[in-house]
Amino acid sequence: MDSFVYLKRRIINKAMLFFSYASALIGVVVLFLILFHIIVKGITSINLHFLIRLPTPPGEPGGGIANAIIGSFIVVGIASLIAIPVGVMSGIYLSEFGENKFASIIRYFADVLNGIPSIVTGIVAYMFVVLPMHRFSALAGGIALSILMIPIITRTTEELVRMVPDTIREAALALGVPQWKVILLVVLRTASTSIITGIMLAVARVGGETAPLLFTAFNNSFMSFKLDQPISTMTVLIYNYASSPYPDWNSIAWGTAFLLILIVLIVNIISKMFTYKKYSL
Amino acid sequence: MAKKLVIEHLNAWFDNIQALKDINLDIEENSVTAVIGPSGCGKTTFVRCLNRIHEVVDKAKVSGKVLLDGKDIYSSDMDPVLVRRRIGMVFQKPNPFPTMSIFENVAAGLKLNGLKKKNELADAVERSLKMAALWDEVKDKLYKSAMALSGGQQQRLCIARTIALEPEIILMDEPASALDPISTAHIEELIQQIKEKYTIVIVTHNMQQAARVSDYTGFFLLGELIEFNKTSDIFTNPKDKRTEDYITGRFG
Repeated sequence: MDSFVYLKRRIINKAMLFFSYASALIGVVVLFLILFHIIVKGITSINLHFLIRLPTPPGEPGGGIANAIIGSFIVVGIASLIAIPVGVMSGIYLSEFGENKFASIIRYFADVLNGIPSIVTGIVAYMFVVLPMHRFSALAGGIALSILMIPIITRTTEELVRMVPDTIREAALALGVPQWKVILLVVLRTASTSIITGIMLAVARVGGETAPLLFTAFNNSFMSFKLDQPISTMTVLIYNYASSPYPDWNSIAWGTAFLLILIVLIVNIISKMFTYKKYSL
Repeated sequence: MAKKLVIEHLNAWFDNIQALKDINLDIEENSVTAVIGPSGCGKTTFVRCLNRIHEVVDKAKVSGKVLLDGKDIYSSDMDPVLVRRRIGMVFQKPNPFPTMSIFENVAAGLKLNGLKKKNELADAVERSLKMAALWDEVKDKLYKSAMALSGGQQQRLCIARTIALEPEIILMDEPASALDPISTAHIEELIQQIKEKYTIVIVTHNMQQAARVSDYTGFFLLGELIEFNKTSDIFTNPKDKRTEDYITGRFG
């Protein structure tokens, strides 16, 4: 009887293990299919001209996406300039002074904001930035993306600062260090490597957004560095070129997709390198 | 000898639980005062009230007076930050700053208080590490992470970090309770050496340690100071029955 129970348990164990592996495999296979497809389709479009030239009309060969690469960096840069300070500081507030009603409301709103579809933040930026300025602009795009970034950075910073043990805070306080220095120069420093990782992941996440940029940053066929003018971005370019009827534009879209994934991958790797830096928690 | 700290009617609470009840005692300059008693008797809370670190805990309260050279550290014109600069503290568990090197750990207090001159910092670090009897072990790896040191070395590093600020009083909250006997012996030797310059208050649950290192001993029970006297008198001739029961090992 006992051996039968044992046999049954072993069979169930094997079956469950099989299903776990199979599920994991399905996820990984899909990821690799996407990556493989993009690499195969995209890698042929990538060359020096692709990186440094401007787009050409359909049918004219040799166009590049330099304006979209620069544009993406500008828009994501604006978003980071707004979202990193706001997000990190709210995260510190929530973790160090967050034992009150106001903080729990903020925490709740940050979670709700995290779940809002990105296209909705685009509409909000359209209403509050594009309409008053009477034009699409890089600034509007950056603001739309920053709305997406702030709650991510806020909540990660909060979690990571909270993980710093109280003994570290007390050690610094006992040295006669004022509280603001304890927080900024000791606590934040202790958590800094992981906070940087969190920020990088947030940057990579919004770098791939298209919907909020469609009616904020809009599009531009020319190189533009002006923050109050429409600007081209890689994601919007993929959207436009992939849905166009011209085969050479389609292949540029694949190339751009490949480049975008490459950049996101690099950002992820850099953030991992920060995590493995010595002295991290 | 001069009275460095005079504690008058000190009470402390966590929320509405009273942890200390009407404590009165004097601490002599350049002496070692041990605070003994069973777990939960308030000895840690007591030393945490002496550098105003008790109050940083949520819902913690203090009443009474702690006179440092005659001036109440709880009076409204006393800045707790300045109090803590004059009264340093070493904690039960070694707590070096994990993202800083050994050098940075010792220099942290000075640096965060605004000392920028590189050579002065280096001098202070060397002097403090020597005083904490750690210099010879770490002088070749000052820029390595403090977390790479053993527990006993980390605790001596924390003592060096406290000494670097040259406080007048050093509070030690069971500084050797997490350490092995050899590291404990190191720390006790160290206490003997630094008491010439500093006034030391040490919490311990180890009565032999209190007997070995201290000049005065206070016995705490359930938040009250039962007896306070010269260490030799406490251990050879306790006045209170409860003190006698505790030091002879009948409870605790």
